[in-house]
Amino acid sequence: MSFRTSTPTSRASFPARFAGRLSRMTWVDLVVAAAVIVLLYVTLRVGKGVTVSFSTSQSAKVDTSVAELPYDAARSLLRMFVALALSTVFTFVYAYAAARSRRLERVLIPALDILQSVPVLAFLTVAVTGFVALFPGSMLGLECASIFAIFTSQAWNMTFSFYHSLTSLPRELDELSRSFGFTRWMRFWKVELPAGMIGLVWNGMMSFGGGWFFLVASEAITLGHTDYALPGVGSYAGAAIADGDLAKVGCAILTMAVMVIGVNFLFWRPLTAWAEKFKIEQSEASEVQRSVVLDFLRRSTWPRLVGRLLHPAGQALNRAGRVFGTDDRPLVVHHGKRRAGDVAFALVAGGLIVWGLVDLGLYLYDHTGLGVFGEPLLLGLATFARVAVLVAVATVVWVPIGVRIGFSPRLTRIAQPVVQVLASFPANFLFPLAVWFFIRTGLSIDIGGMFLMALGAQWYILFNTIAGAMAIPTDLREAMDDLGVRGWQRWRRLIIPGVFPSYVTGGITASGGAWNASIVAEVVTFGGTTLTATGLGAYIARATENGNHPELIAGVVVMSAYVVSLNRFLWRRLYRLAESRYSL
Amino acid sequence: MAMNTLPTSENARAADGELLLETAGLTKSYAGADRELPVLSGIDLQIRAGEVVALLGKSGSGKSTLLRCMAGLVPASSGTVSYKGVALTGANPGTAMVFQTFALLPWLTVQQNVELGLEAKGVHPVERAEAARLAIDLIGLDGFESAYPKELSGGMRQRVGFARALVVEPDVLMMDEPFSALDVLTAENLRGELMELWESGQFPTRAIVLVTHNIEEAVLMADRIVVLGSRPYGTIREIFEVGLDRPRDRNSAAFEDIIDRVYRTMTGRQKEGRTPGRQEPVELEKRTVANTALPTASVDGLSGLAELVLHRGGRCDLAGLADDLGLEVDDLMPQVDALDLLGFAGISGDDLLLTDTGTAFATADVQDSKTIFAEAASRLPLVKVITNSVRSKPDGTVRAGFFRDLLAHHYTSEQVDQQLETATDWGRYAELYAYDAGPEEYRRDDTADTAGPAGTQR
Repeated sequence: MSFRTSTPTSRASFPARFAGRLSRMTWVDLVVAAAVIVLLYVTLRVGKGVTVSFSTSQSAKVDTSVAELPYDAARSLLRMFVALALSTVFTFVYAYAAARSRRLERVLIPALDILQSVPVLAFLTVAVTGFVALFPGSMLGLECASIFAIFTSQAWNMTFSFYHSLTSLPRELDELSRSFGFTRWMRFWKVELPAGMIGLVWNGMMSFGGGWFFLVASEAITLGHTDYALPGVGSYAGAAIADGDLAKVGCAILTMAVMVIGVNFLFWRPLTAWAEKFKIEQSEASEVQRSVVLDFLRRSTWPRLVGRLLHPAGQALNRAGRVFGTDDRPLVVHHGKRRAGDVAFALVAGGLIVWGLVDLGLYLYDHTGLGVFGEPLLLGLATFARVAVLVAVATVVWVPIGVRIGFSPRLTRIAQPVVQVLASFPANFLFPLAVWFFIRTGLSIDIGGMFLMALGAQWYILFNTIAGAMAIPTDLREAMDDLGVRGWQRWRRLIIPGVFPSYVTGGITASGGAWNASIVAEVVTFGGTTLTATGLGAYIARATENGNHPELIAGVVVMSAYVVSLNRFLWRRLYRLAESRYSL
Repeated sequence: MAMNTLPTSENARAADGELLLETAGLTKSYAGADRELPVLSGIDLQIRAGEVVALLGKSGSGKSTLLRCMAGLVPASSGTVSYKGVALTGANPGTAMVFQTFALLPWLTVQQNVELGLEAKGVHPVERAEAARLAIDLIGLDGFESAYPKELSGGMRQRVGFARALVVEPDVLMMDEPFSALDVLTAENLRGELMELWESGQFPTRAIVLVTHNIEEAVLMADRIVVLGSRPYGTIREIFEVGLDRPRDRNSAAFEDIIDRVYRTMTGRQKEGRTPGRQEPVELEKRTVANTALPTASVDGLSGLAELVLHRGGRCDLAGLADDLGLEVDDLMPQVDALDLLGFAGISGDDLLLTDTGTAFATADVQDSKTIFAEAASRLPLVKVITNSVRSKPDGTVRAGFFRDLLAHHYTSEQVDQQLETATDWGRYAELYAYDAGPEEYRRDDTADTAGPAGTQR
């Protein structure tokens, strides 16, 4: 018999179906429609300001009247989402290339690992100079630089996650795709992207949270002797700080908090709840992500209607996507050809790298001599000490609290969203308050800098410890109760091994974040006072401000080296230990 | 639920015997720890229109690999696979696969899952929706079109798997253990419906290749049964023609006769067999790490089997025992092999017989059974090598890597892990040596040195 007949059943014509939908519209639909229209309007209004021209001769002046705050907030938000969109596109291209090409993989993945450890903030000025030159006389250059800074804080995590899900696609799904002759386009959109969706959404959310920090840092920049400022919450706060106006700083902090919580509630919660449908395991999970907003949207008829309207476009794209060919792997591999290709690729890639290194070496040698690395190496020790103390203190303080919270379902329900918001709240926003406090109490910035770095970094430790404690099975705790294992013995035998894997994950993030934060935390300003600590972060910040490129490069290289070697020699080992010994 | 039968069968399956798939001198090997290890060797097989062929073998016999080679998903190391006389260069255009684990996309509805194959071919949306609806009807899934896979029971999920493969009307339907993830009743039902459909002449494919480890399933469904051997490596051990009419009666003498013959070929034992407990000493001497693989059976598992046999009077029919336990015969094979290897039991015909040592092992208390086990286990090559190595070293420790290298000549790295895992379990229980997972070292069991194999554990 044959399934394919060419007599399609008759269907109601399109307008009739449309009318049918409209007549059944509910108040839910009206609310959703209004929300979409408002969102479009705001985006247009805010987006128009992006291309406003300015002249570099006049120093940027930020209007600090409170009425400007909503507009500034919207501009900041737009920047964040544009960066997120860019990160997503980058993720698709980069991760796909690395997963699909054996040769590219060997270059792209280690490169990603390094990029992840590079202190992004140090490059801000370089990026600003470049982008401003690209769009002379327009705000677009500054806008691009800011978006670029946020992008660099988001992209790597998402890319790693997606690359991982591409390479660990379940074998039967790969075979399904090839056995049924899927096109490459279909394989990506129907198999690979959905399979990686959960990881992508969760990593996107985490990275987005980290991005606020860079948003604040990148909106107001001093370059050489010019002040650049973009309308935004960050620059608003910057101006308020410069004026020493604590009330306005408070307003900015409040606005920031509203934005962080609002985006979480209206965007990320619904998205993570929606991503539930991409779970690979075929049984219903016990704990499901829920979102009020998503439930609301699902009750309205708009999603289905929009889906139906976009359907023809999707079909057309699918047809167009056929040009990428069929997902198939040749059964016969020419070993000779492959080998030759490998050698050629290695020569070209290696040659480019060597050429770049030689060029960089010569540049540094011509300008300052290679001795330029000496100072940052020593200063790095000071910053390293700060990071080490910070991680140790944060561990001693937050691990017991995290365990307490994680063991109590009631506390977890209350604390987890709060900690999530605290972790995304840009710590550099609170710096002025801390500095004001340092000035009043006379606390040295060498010590105080540590608190500033901890302000952002510590939450990762708390957050992950809670998750780890929650993962300890209840019957293990009951068994310990039953055996009378209490106090230190309980910590040593159950709790520490139990939370260790999650703790290590938090520790890596916290330590990396602290290094990056040192660039803005070791030099701080409030009103007319500037406090400077001894450390690599301050060194880089100073090189940035003076436009001293050899020192900037040396500082960045040394800091990257510190972060990479710390990861390799400490965190990775702990991670492996956690995976082999302490996984539950 | 019964699969629907369409009123007319336009193009009934032509049993013209056209040659659809052919493998010639097919060899497949995987990279072992230090050399290529063959899993399939010299396979010459032909699949013709109108037949159902079962590839039958124990785990590790390469039957799934053979199926994937024929589907063009896995490249052959040497030899050729051809479809209608044309050698494959990529995925086979004339086959569609049904997977053991269903491989449904959980984010698509039943309808969308079934449409996938046609969508890939670029069939118009309206036409493919209609085709999918027909296939869904045929396979007995109507009413479930808009359901997501996670809402369905295992049986319903596999129906989606069938509909998805059938809707593209492949010449050959490839099935990789399609019923083994289902419970017994569901599997029975689905098998029956599928064969009814095949017989009715409405089946949209011209041949079926089925991979299974279940002898009864093979005899129930197949016209030809290809039995693959596992050691030394995948070769065709024998091909059985099953000439029984369908639906086949399990209780008929002819059916049972074929089952018996296939069973004997699969286990590699003749009916007369050797008398249990009287293994020729020559064979014992000839045992090496290479020719005596340790089965993947834990001490608890093999002791459990020994006790079950003991309770049945020291002798029992394996198929009957498996039935009572709700298992397949081959689920018991590792434990049976283990008892045989240790000299605790032997096979006579279809029966498993405990030897005297085996009886002693099963009746003794914990410490005595440890002593008996230690004695038996220390004769096995791998266990012996490890025991002697740790004893000859002054510090009493040997890295696991040493034995890994030793085994690498004969096993894939996955098999090496399995061998060491069993050797570790057995040696620990026998208190011949201890193993530290941290530094990956075997070491002398010091408690055993002072108190002997029967010494109490700390």
